[in-house]
Amino acid sequence: MTNYVVRRLLIAIPSLLGISLILFTVLALAPGDPFEELATNPAIPPDVRAALRASLGLDDPVWTRYFSWLTAMLRGDWGYSFVSRVNVDQLILARLPTTLAIIGASQILALAIALPVGVMAATRPYSIFDQVANTLAFIGFSLPTFFTGLLLILLFSITLDWLPFVYRADLSSTGWTWLWEQVRQSIMPVAVLGLFQGAAWTRFVRSAVLDVIRLDHVTTARAKGLPEGSVTLRHIVRNALIPVVTLVALQMPTVFGGAIVTEQIFRIPGIGSLLISAILANDTPVIMAVTFVFAILVVFFNLLADVIYGWLDPRISYS
Amino acid sequence: MNDAPLLALHGLKVHFKTDDGMVRAVDGVDLTVNRAETVCVVGESGCGKTVTAMTILKLIAMPPGRIVAGEIRFEGRDLVPLPPAEMQKIRSKEIGFVFQEPMTSLNPVYTVGQQIAETVRQHEGLSRRAAMDRAAEMLRLVNIPNPQRRVNDYPHQFSGGMRQRVMIAMALSCNPKLLIADEPTTALDVTIQAQILELLNEMKQRLGMAVLLITHAMGVVAETAQRVVVMYAGKVVEEATVEALFADPRHPYTQGLIRSIPRIDLAATTHTRLEAIPGTVPSLLNPPIGCRFAARCRHAMPDCVAAEPPLREVTPGHKVACILYPEVHA
Repeated sequence: MTNYVVRRLLIAIPSLLGISLILFTVLALAPGDPFEELATNPAIPPDVRAALRASLGLDDPVWTRYFSWLTAMLRGDWGYSFVSRVNVDQLILARLPTTLAIIGASQILALAIALPVGVMAATRPYSIFDQVANTLAFIGFSLPTFFTGLLLILLFSITLDWLPFVYRADLSSTGWTWLWEQVRQSIMPVAVLGLFQGAAWTRFVRSAVLDVIRLDHVTTARAKGLPEGSVTLRHIVRNALIPVVTLVALQMPTVFGGAIVTEQIFRIPGIGSLLISAILANDTPVIMAVTFVFAILVVFFNLLADVIYGWLDPRISYS
Repeated sequence: MNDAPLLALHGLKVHFKTDDGMVRAVDGVDLTVNRAETVCVVGESGCGKTVTAMTILKLIAMPPGRIVAGEIRFEGRDLVPLPPAEMQKIRSKEIGFVFQEPMTSLNPVYTVGQQIAETVRQHEGLSRRAAMDRAAEMLRLVNIPNPQRRVNDYPHQFSGGMRQRVMIAMALSCNPKLLIADEPTTALDVTIQAQILELLNEMKQRLGMAVLLITHAMGVVAETAQRVVVMYAGKVVEEATVEALFADPRHPYTQGLIRSIPRIDLAATTHTRLEAIPGTVPSLLNPPIGCRFAARCRHAMPDCVAAEPPLREVTPGHKVACILYPEVHA
């Protein structure tokens, strides 16, 4: 097992290198110039601008720039934001807790909905409960988060004025008031992300459970005289969890991506909004760093999915 | 000991609702199993024998299945109206069940020991450790080598024949009074089949339970049964002791079944062609009026399709549903 993980981590190195190369090339080919603003500023003469570009190495060929980025990266230097003039790693570390809190809470909400509802729907196929759950799930994942987000803001912030619609990372209050404010401002983004993800997973859990429910070993479990609850939990849900856990782990990076939109709508100062503002400002080092973090997450969660899969299913062995 | 049969089915009818209509899979079956007796139910695929077996423990999916009529008396008590909680106390504790497919009948994510122990814990409230010991003991009983080590193995680490042994160990772990085995050897190759049948016979000798064996192989019947029930299209057509059935088969369908057993000696020496029963099983969606075998029967006469022949005793202990034979005591 340890061998397998080490081997997978070693394989991850060339793929991350490849990803970084592609990202860098695409960014270099993209139009735009981080010093566009300076061009319109009469106080800065063109030759100063050119000198600035040269000092940052922006005029070097793509290859040279990629290798200097790579060597700096390997030394732990993530670069320096052109726009905010802060080290990129500090920028990311400052934004990460907010994103993790919102995404973590929404994923827990999504699983808390998807698991019980999916299992209940599958164990009572075509019942009223199943049909209602299916319809809601369909609506849930058909509505994009930017739409439901705006809808919630319109309803709860503007019409009813119950909840704030701008997320603030720098709440001034402390103690219980801080917690209360934090909860109030998190409800809508967490609900939007969690319900969307929960709807998709509900359908997946339902179909995974339906796949297991008709297997022979379930009839065996009933023939053993186990109560229906044990049959469902121990012999249906336990087996159905294998594909579900794998899917959840594999989808985690996608969820980070999906959060970009939600963060933008609720003005959450997380990684997603950092990426968007960096793209708009042509802040290459930040874009590069954030997308590279996403790439690492994809590789990591893929590995995690495989490890969990082997742990849940004794038929898989990694020796 | 009372003389009442251990298990008695009276006029059992199990119908399945499908998009095409009502399938009458089991249409009025009478069957008894006495204590410590082995009864075989034979018939070709789709004759309702598996549904009959599954219905005894109410393991068929309901819906779409439904017990339309009849009684399932086990030790005198009718199981049909029993609530699920009472039914759970019967399953495995009183009646063990061995399925046809050993490859898929065990849960792949638990060790075989856990799966046997689960049954014991459910019915006898043993501790985890005691239940595991019982599991190992059961594995030894069904002749699995190294039982202490094998309890911790997963089903995929066993061969088909070994898995069927595990299934038998599981079904017998609570010492049931009746073991229902639904084609326990069909999915296995011939040498393993013989071993499993031998194991079933051995278990019966040792533990003294009654066995209801569902099969389509006449060879299995001859090897194991004391009494045989022949089913055709959801009905019992003949019932007799195994000796009487092979010596003097009465129903034309039973005669056809026995004639269609391949005989290796004849096939090799005289090149006689194997005899088959012409035609196909009637649809159970809309079964024909009268005898269901009439369309394939070489003795068919106009009266056969007029009314359904009842199952009647033609010689003591030998019942046939065919108008060719007069009843002994009218």
